[in-house]
Amino acid sequence: MALEDLYREIILDHAKNPRNSAVLDHIPDTLAHENPSCGDTLKLEVTLDEAGTTIRRIRVQCRGCSISTASASIMSELETGRSVAEARQLARDFISGLRGGDPAGGGQPAASGEGAGPLDTIDELAAFKGVMRFPVRVKCATLAWHALLSTLP
Amino acid sequence: MESMNRAAGTAAAWKGLEAARVGRRLLEDIRADFPILGRMIGDRPLAYLDNAATTQKPRAVIDALALYYERTNANVHRSLHTLGEEATAAYEDARRAVQRFIGAGDAGEIVFTRGTTESINLAASSWGAANLTKGDVVLLTEMEHHSNLVPWQLCAQRTGCTLRFIPVLADGSLDMSILEESWTDRVRLVCVTHVSNVLGTENDVRRLSRFAHERGALILVDGAQAVPHIPVDVRALGADFYAFSAHKLYGPMGIGVLYARAPLLEEMPPYMGGGEMIRAVGLESSTWNDPPYKFEAGTPNVEGAVGLRAALSYLEGLGAAEIRDCERGLSLLARRTLAEVPGVRLHGTAAPESTVISLSLEGVHPHDAAQYLDSEGIAVRAGHHCAQPLMKRLGVQATVRASLSFYNTEDEVMRLAAGLRGAGRYFS
Repeated sequence: MALEDLYREIILDHAKNPRNSAVLDHIPDTLAHENPSCGDTLKLEVTLDEAGTTIRRIRVQCRGCSISTASASIMSELETGRSVAEARQLARDFISGLRGGDPAGGGQPAASGEGAGPLDTIDELAAFKGVMRFPVRVKCATLAWHALLSTLP
Repeated sequence: MESMNRAAGTAAAWKGLEAARVGRRLLEDIRADFPILGRMIGDRPLAYLDNAATTQKPRAVIDALALYYERTNANVHRSLHTLGEEATAAYEDARRAVQRFIGAGDAGEIVFTRGTTESINLAASSWGAANLTKGDVVLLTEMEHHSNLVPWQLCAQRTGCTLRFIPVLADGSLDMSILEESWTDRVRLVCVTHVSNVLGTENDVRRLSRFAHERGALILVDGAQAVPHIPVDVRALGADFYAFSAHKLYGPMGIGVLYARAPLLEEMPPYMGGGEMIRAVGLESSTWNDPPYKFEAGTPNVEGAVGLRAALSYLEGLGAAEIRDCERGLSLLARRTLAEVPGVRLHGTAAPESTVISLSLEGVHPHDAAQYLDSEGIAVRAGHHCAQPLMKRLGVQATVRASLSFYNTEDEVMRLAAGLRGAGRYFS
């Protein structure tokens, strides 16, 4: 299990330069999302358009490891501009794609028979395939996406 | 400053030894006793520096477990046949070995449990429920492991007692000056860790027990990190309760000990009910067996006791003083070496000789540092170490923790330092 399988270039880039990163003091600590086993915490601000159907802007305050920081950054880029329904679907597919992976199977997602998921079709998310081999880090990778699901109406 | 110079001198002397030893035995021979230490992690040799989480087992312990099932396995205490007698003898022999190991007055004061966590839960739900009422105070510390905190929170919910906390100072020691000020006559129990699993701080249990007893309170000690590294004499310490786990002591998982003074065990109501802990059973009620059996319901973890017994014998073979000297030297060397790594901040300066070392690496999240170290074959722990209140007090979310044992080497310490340098570069 080489380190490079987990920390792909794109992940390290987003970890060192997280996009849409902001200080979100106006969000109380009680509404922060946490990865209790390792101390990642994340605050999320999602702004919808006037109709309330499309995501206009996402801002993230992530204090955590490289995986959680990069995942939050990539999430914020990929989800901005999507409809709420699409955004929710993408989040669910990403989470289940990571979780459904067989840790012993060399990082392949479990065959669903429904065609390729976002881990296969979206480059930035393909970078997270390596995480499937490190089950403890899956929670780091999915933190921001769980946060999005619980923030969206 | 004085003590740091002395410490540096000791570390330098240790480093100069031709061949590292524990007492009379060569370290490389000792390492050969532990099969898992020969493992590769990917293409790197394992450097196991997570001993505070659990320790590795010598062949003698592994063999004792297998031998038990190959030769003497039977249920205990009631069988008249030979195997039953042998298994019972092995179980009770282990109990006596534990009694000797911690200096208890009587084997009846040794209750076998699943581990430290269960031991403390036993004390909280049995002694606590029977003795604590609304307004009573249990005095804990800010450095407690969750296993010596959450059971008391549950107890407080059930009995209405209150929890108060002795604060931790910046160097990782307890603020003992607070003791006098914050004491009230409602304090019934003091709960304290003997050695911190995060900072390695050794608390002055003897002083705390004297203080508590003078004021009519009892003291319960979490000894999980202490028994592997320092000599423990529960009577000299004045402990009313003392808890520890076998798996942190080179023994198997799934078994631990609650020591409690005989008069306390006599009075305490049962914890779990069932077979073994009863004397006479009727439909409506039953009478209880004597301690310690009163607190050992169901078939015990006999293999665990046998494994623990073998671990204690192994440690006796090395010698407690020899182990301590070896670990002290390695720990001092480790701290000195790690302090020289750019960006490393060591937490807790109160215990420079302790095998438990927590650190932060600037700009690198502990999780990432630990992941990087794993790719180098080095096993450490990252996170809050089941001590979230302490993390908060330290002002960090998480730390990297390396925890040493007598079977670790100077080379492993150097690899850790090099790994941290590498992690700093990788994530910068």
